Amino acid sequence: MSIDTTQQPATEGDPAEQPAAAPATKRLNTAKAMVEAIAREMERDEDVFVLGEDVGAYGGIFSSTTGLLDRFGPERVMDTPISETGFIGAAIGAATEGMRPIVELMFVDFFGVCMDQIYNHMAKIHFESGGNVKVPMVLMTAVGGGYSDGAQHSQCLWGTFAHLPGMKVVVPSNPADAAGLMTAAIRDDNPVVFMFHKGIQGLPWMAKNKRSIGPVPTGDHVVEIGKAATARPGSDVTVVTLSLSVHHALDVAEELAADGTADVEVIDLRSIVPLDTEAIIESVTRTGHLVIVDEDYQSFGLSGEIAARIAEHDPTILKAPISRVAVPDVPIPYARPLEYTALPTPARIKEAIIGQVAPA
Amino acid sequence: MGEQERQRRIEPSDGGPDMVQLVTPEGERVSHPEYDAIADEVTTQELQGFYRDMVIVRRCDNEATALQRQGELGLWVPSLGQEAAQVGSGRAMRTQDFAFPTYREHGVAWCRGVDPLNLLAMFRGVHNGGWNSFEKNFHLYTIIIGAQTLHATGYAMGIQRDHAVGSGDPDRDAAVIAYFGDGASAQGDVGEAFVFAGVNNAPVVFFCQNNQWAISEPNERQMRIPIYLRAKGYGFPGTRVDGNDVLATYAVTKRFLDDARDGQGPALIEAFTYRMGAHTTSDDPTKYRVSAEVEVWKLRDPIARLRNLLARAHGVPQSFFEEVDAEAAEVGTDLRARCLALPDPSPASMFDHVYAEPHPVMDRERAELTAYLSSFEGAHA
Repeated sequence: MSIDTTQQPATEGDPAEQPAAAPATKRLNTAKAMVEAIAREMERDEDVFVLGEDVGAYGGIFSSTTGLLDRFGPERVMDTPISETGFIGAAIGAATEGMRPIVELMFVDFFGVCMDQIYNHMAKIHFESGGNVKVPMVLMTAVGGGYSDGAQHSQCLWGTFAHLPGMKVVVPSNPADAAGLMTAAIRDDNPVVFMFHKGIQGLPWMAKNKRSIGPVPTGDHVVEIGKAATARPGSDVTVVTLSLSVHHALDVAEELAADGTADVEVIDLRSIVPLDTEAIIESVTRTGHLVIVDEDYQSFGLSGEIAARIAEHDPTILKAPISRVAVPDVPIPYARPLEYTALPTPARIKEAIIGQVAPA
Repeated sequence: MGEQERQRRIEPSDGGPDMVQLVTPEGERVSHPEYDAIADEVTTQELQGFYRDMVIVRRCDNEATALQRQGELGLWVPSLGQEAAQVGSGRAMRTQDFAFPTYREHGVAWCRGVDPLNLLAMFRGVHNGGWNSFEKNFHLYTIIIGAQTLHATGYAMGIQRDHAVGSGDPDRDAAVIAYFGDGASAQGDVGEAFVFAGVNNAPVVFFCQNNQWAISEPNERQMRIPIYLRAKGYGFPGTRVDGNDVLATYAVTKRFLDDARDGQGPALIEAFTYRMGAHTTSDDPTKYRVSAEVEVWKLRDPIARLRNLLARAHGVPQSFFEEVDAEAAEVGTDLRARCLALPDPSPASMFDHVYAEPHPVMDRERAELTAYLSSFEGAHA
C-alpha cells in the first residue's frame, strides 16, 4: 500500500499568539486533542491504524485512544498481548509495507524490553536499506512522574531516545500542540516518537494544571516538527523547557512578573529531534540568562546538550553561568515527599530564576 | 467490547476437564487419581491452617485497598479472589525453596513469613524493597511484567551449580517457584525463560495465576490455546489446576516442587482463578468487563469452599471460624495502625543505595540538595 506523502505541513505559530483571524477552535484537554487528531487521520487515510496494550475498550490507560474502538472497530484499533517486542516489531513490519501504524508503548519506562526493535530496527531500517525502505510510524508513549508511580513508571527518558539517530522525537506541552504534532507525526515518513506527559492529559484522576485544557483548531492543524514556540515572551531570563515543565515555568513566570522580580521568557521546545537551536540562541542572546528545566535525568541528557550548543555557538552571550533544574541522577522515588524533591517543581524553577537575576 | 465478545464473557470457562480439582466450589471432596495420595496426607489441622491463612490474607488485602482509597497508600494491587492459588502454592514450598513474585503475591508473602506491614510500607513509599529477600527466600516484588521468570530461571541454575538439586538430602535440595500471570505469558521473557529452564533442566516451577484479565484484556486477546499446553513445546510437563481450590493447588505445586528438587527439571502450573477486584487501585474494571461474569466467579470463592469442606467433611465447629474471623479482624486493625505510624523518609535518603558503595556524584548531589533545603527558614534538613 502507498499513500501520497507529498503534502507539506503548514507551519503553525504558537497557538497562544494566534491573531484574531485564527481558525475556529474548540476547547479540549490534551488527551482528547490527541484522540481527535488520530481519528481525523484515520478518516483521511485508511492506512493509519492503532495498536497497543489496552487501547481498545479501555481507551488507553492515559486516555490517548478513548472512543477510537467504537469509531473504527477492532481491525484498526487493536488490543495487543503484553509483548512490546512483538507488537512494536509487527508495527515496524506493517510500516515497511506501507501502513502508518500508531503504536502505543504504555509507559516509556517499558522501552527496555523492546529497545532492539526501536533503535536497531525502527530507527535504522531506512538507513540500512540505502533509503529504499521507509518506516512511517508513530511510537506514542506516556512519560513523567508526580503521582507516586515509582522508578519504573515515572521516567521521561526523552534524552535516551534523542541520543539515538534515525527517529524524530516530539514532546508537546498543550492540547493544540499535541494535536498538531500528532498529525505531523502520522504524516511524517520517518518514525516519530511522540512522548506525552501524563500530567498534561487533563485526566480527572491526576493533579491537573489549567494549561492541560485549551483551544485546538478544528480544521487541518499541523505543527511543524523541529520548531520551538515562545510560550511567553520576556526580556530578563530565558527558561528553555518542555512538556509539563512548561506549565510550571509559565506559572512561575507569571508570579515573578506580578511581583516585579523578573520578566521571564519561556521557550517550549515541542520537538527535541530536531532541536530548534536557533530559537534557543536567539532568546539567550537577548536575555543573557539561561535556565534549563528538564524532567529527565540531569547528567548526559537534554540539559547538557542545550548547554553544549550555547557553548559551541558563543559562550559570551551568557551573563551568568547556566542553571539546570532537572531530576538528580537517582531513580525517581515512589514516596511522594521524595518524588517531589527530585522533580523540577515550581519552587526549584523559581529559585533558579531568582538566582539568575539576583546581583552576584 | 463487541456484543459477541460480551456474550461470551458472561459464561466464563469452568477450566475444562483437564483441570485438577480436589474440592468442588460447593466444598465437596472429589477424587483425582494422581493427587489423592498427596491430598490425603494433608491433616485437618493443616487444612485449618490454610483456611486461617486465606482469611487473614484477604483481610489484610481489603485493609490495604481501603487505606489506598483513603489516600494512605499511593497504590495497591488487590489479590482478592486469588487467595487459594497463593496460599496453596506458598504452603507447598519448603523453607529452602525460593519464590520470585510479581507485585500481587501478598498471600505467598504471608506464607513466607513476610510481615504484611512490609508490603504496605512499600506501597506507602516509606522504603524500597521492604524485606530482606534472603531472610524470607522471597524475592522483591517485580513490577515489569514477566521479567522475574528469567531471574527465577537463573537463580535455579545457580542452585544446580551449588549441587543443591537431586542430592537426596531433603534439607539441602531446593527449588524455585516463579510467579507470573496470564498477561505475562505473552512476554518474550517468559518464552525465553521456558527455553532456558528446559534445556538446562533447571529446578524451577513456573506458576501462572491465570486470573482471566490482563488489565482490560481477556484471555482471548492473549492466547489461542490454554497456557498449560505450552509446556509441551518447551519439553516439560504442564498442568492446569483449579486455582480457587487450595487443596488441589497445594497438591499439584508440592508434586512439581518435589520433582524439581529431585532433579527432574522444570514444570508449568496454570492456576485457573479470577481477579475479583481491579488490576490495581488505578483502574475501574466495570469499564471492560460485565458484572455477570464476576457473579459466576463469586460462586467459586476459595474461602467459602474450604469452609464448607471443613465444616461438613471434617467436623470443624463453628467456633473455629469465628476465632479465625476475630483474629483476622485484629490483624487488620493492627496493620492499619502500624501503617499509619510509619514515618516519612527524609528527602536526602533518595541518594542512598543508588550505588552499592559511596559515590562522588551522589555525594555532590546530596550535598547540593541538603544545602538547598537548609536555605529555607526553619529548615531541619
